[in-house]
Amino acid sequence: MKYILQKLGFYLVAFWAALTVNFFLPRLLPGNPVDIMLAKLAQRGPVTPEAREAVELLLGTNTEAPLIVQYGQYLGKLFTLDLGTSVAFFPASVTDIIAQTLPWTIGLIGVATVISFILGVTLGMLAGWKRGSWLDNLIPVTTMLQSVPYFWLALILLFVLGGMWDLFPLNGGYNVYETSPGWNLEFIGSVIYYGTLPALTIVISSVGGWMLGMRNMMVSTLSDDYILTAEAKGLRPVRIMTTYAARNAVLPSVAGFAISLGFVVAGSIVTEAVFSYPGIGSALLNAVGSNDYSLMQGLFLVITLSVLGANLLVDLLYSFIDPRTRARS
Amino acid sequence: MTTTIQDPGVAAASARSSRPKRSLPPMTPKLAAGLLIAGSITLFGIVAPFFVGDPSAVDNVGLAGPAEGFILGTTQTGQDVFAQLAYATRGSLTVGLIVGVLTLLLSAFFGIIGAYFGGWLDESFSLFSNVMLVIPGLPLVIIISSYVPEKSILLVSVVLAITGWAGSARVLRGFTLSVRNRDYVAAARVSGEKPWRILGVEILPNLIPLLASQMVFAVIFAILGEAGLSFLGLGASDSFTWGTMLYFAQNGLALRLGAWWWFVPPGLMIALFGAALALINFSIDEIINPKLRSQTRAARRSWKLSKAELRAATKEDVL
Repeated sequence: MKYILQKLGFYLVAFWAALTVNFFLPRLLPGNPVDIMLAKLAQRGPVTPEAREAVELLLGTNTEAPLIVQYGQYLGKLFTLDLGTSVAFFPASVTDIIAQTLPWTIGLIGVATVISFILGVTLGMLAGWKRGSWLDNLIPVTTMLQSVPYFWLALILLFVLGGMWDLFPLNGGYNVYETSPGWNLEFIGSVIYYGTLPALTIVISSVGGWMLGMRNMMVSTLSDDYILTAEAKGLRPVRIMTTYAARNAVLPSVAGFAISLGFVVAGSIVTEAVFSYPGIGSALLNAVGSNDYSLMQGLFLVITLSVLGANLLVDLLYSFIDPRTRARS
Repeated sequence: MTTTIQDPGVAAASARSSRPKRSLPPMTPKLAAGLLIAGSITLFGIVAPFFVGDPSAVDNVGLAGPAEGFILGTTQTGQDVFAQLAYATRGSLTVGLIVGVLTLLLSAFFGIIGAYFGGWLDESFSLFSNVMLVIPGLPLVIIISSYVPEKSILLVSVVLAITGWAGSARVLRGFTLSVRNRDYVAAARVSGEKPWRILGVEILPNLIPLLASQMVFAVIFAILGEAGLSFLGLGASDSFTWGTMLYFAQNGLALRLGAWWWFVPPGLMIALFGAALALINFSIDEIINPKLRSQTRAARRSWKLSKAELRAATKEDVL
């Protein structure tokens, strides 16, 4: 219980840090985002006093109010979920855009990461179990795939599978013409079909990291004495591999999830750009392209919140699979 | 049994002579390949820009494949792809180098110093690096760079380093914690060595392989990060990198036009350079973790005796 509270406390501190960074960035960096935003909003129609107030609180006002007061008002604005109005998707509010795009990204990254983790850990387990086998010699190849930039791999996959052989669609999240969003079979099938190439890109580039980490831990674990004991007892090799060695070897991979998730998120933002996938990444790029600072700040907060949430989930899972963390606290 | 007794002088001499060798990784095929590829790409980045023409010069050839005069063909506006590649290599390697050094300094500061002195300093440094670790880097970089319209390659590198050092710091902290509790460090402390001397002379040499591998990682991720950023059109505005080449290729519809000579080489360079550094890291890993070094299955197979040898050996036993 204390472990869970500790973790919750840490993620609260991390989220507060992200909020604070988000508050200070537009105020400290050069440029005048408030004027740009207000000018852009004015082009689209009359700016209501509420919209003006939201923009000024989020991006820094020119008034002489002390910073600490601005900070308090900024936090208050965030807790009422008012993140201002988007310019790029005028007149939708930033909250609406986030609600529209977030499910796509969480679905894509979530499914791809789970597939990649399970695949990488399983292959790493087998490679470490039989060192020097063909699977083990494959590891440098998967590591090389990991150092291929996500977006370049996406371009190549698009070029070959989408362009040359015409197996997969070139962009988008679902078939806009023939299906309508909703819980029907055609739509879900279309989402899976359109999501295959982006997901494949993420899996191919990230599987090598899991595989290498698991393989190295497996090799270290296999030289422990208790494995020898298990072998001497005459246990079946499969049992030693899975419940004796792999169970302990997988712990650092789970604990290192936080580091990897950051790279996956970064990679998939760029991947979404290549596939014009209707997720957070594409929205972020649209926002950057049209200097939509409110939307950018909002998306940054949401991405951070999702990553923190995923890490918290993994940490709770970790305390479940490694009883030592519970005993120690 | 008999071989364990040795003349102490000889043993000391052999230990002395073998010591400098041990601090360098053994020359395995993996390491050799890695060094060769990384070395040639670096050399290409340093030397080639002196010999190629202006990478931005426009020619009325238009988009054309590899041919006489243009080794790697031309872009939509007739710019020489090979010249661009040469300058891009230089740009990307510069980013990698700057970020690598900065990451090394930052992570060593927050990881090693915090872990060595312990107490509230360690608590706060560790909390700080863990917070930096979980806040996703690239979105932050994207936002920072969108506020700054004109960016130099140095600015991009600094931003990448600031958002990317935390992972290394955590690794270094864990290792420093285990080293500082060893007996010889305690002995140094008791004998009155100053903290900075203990850090610099007793602890740091043990961390060198780890620092090297972390720096190699930092360089890979810096080059990948810069490429991603430039591909989105948010990179340095005044110079060529592998990422900016891909950005112009994507915007010039190189993919739709099937101009492989335009978008394949920069990506391939990133992949090759990353793979070479990864191969070098494999060898460094084997120094850090000796368990990885022990015999592979292929080596073990060579121990197995052939049937004839086996028969001869058992025959000797019987006799």
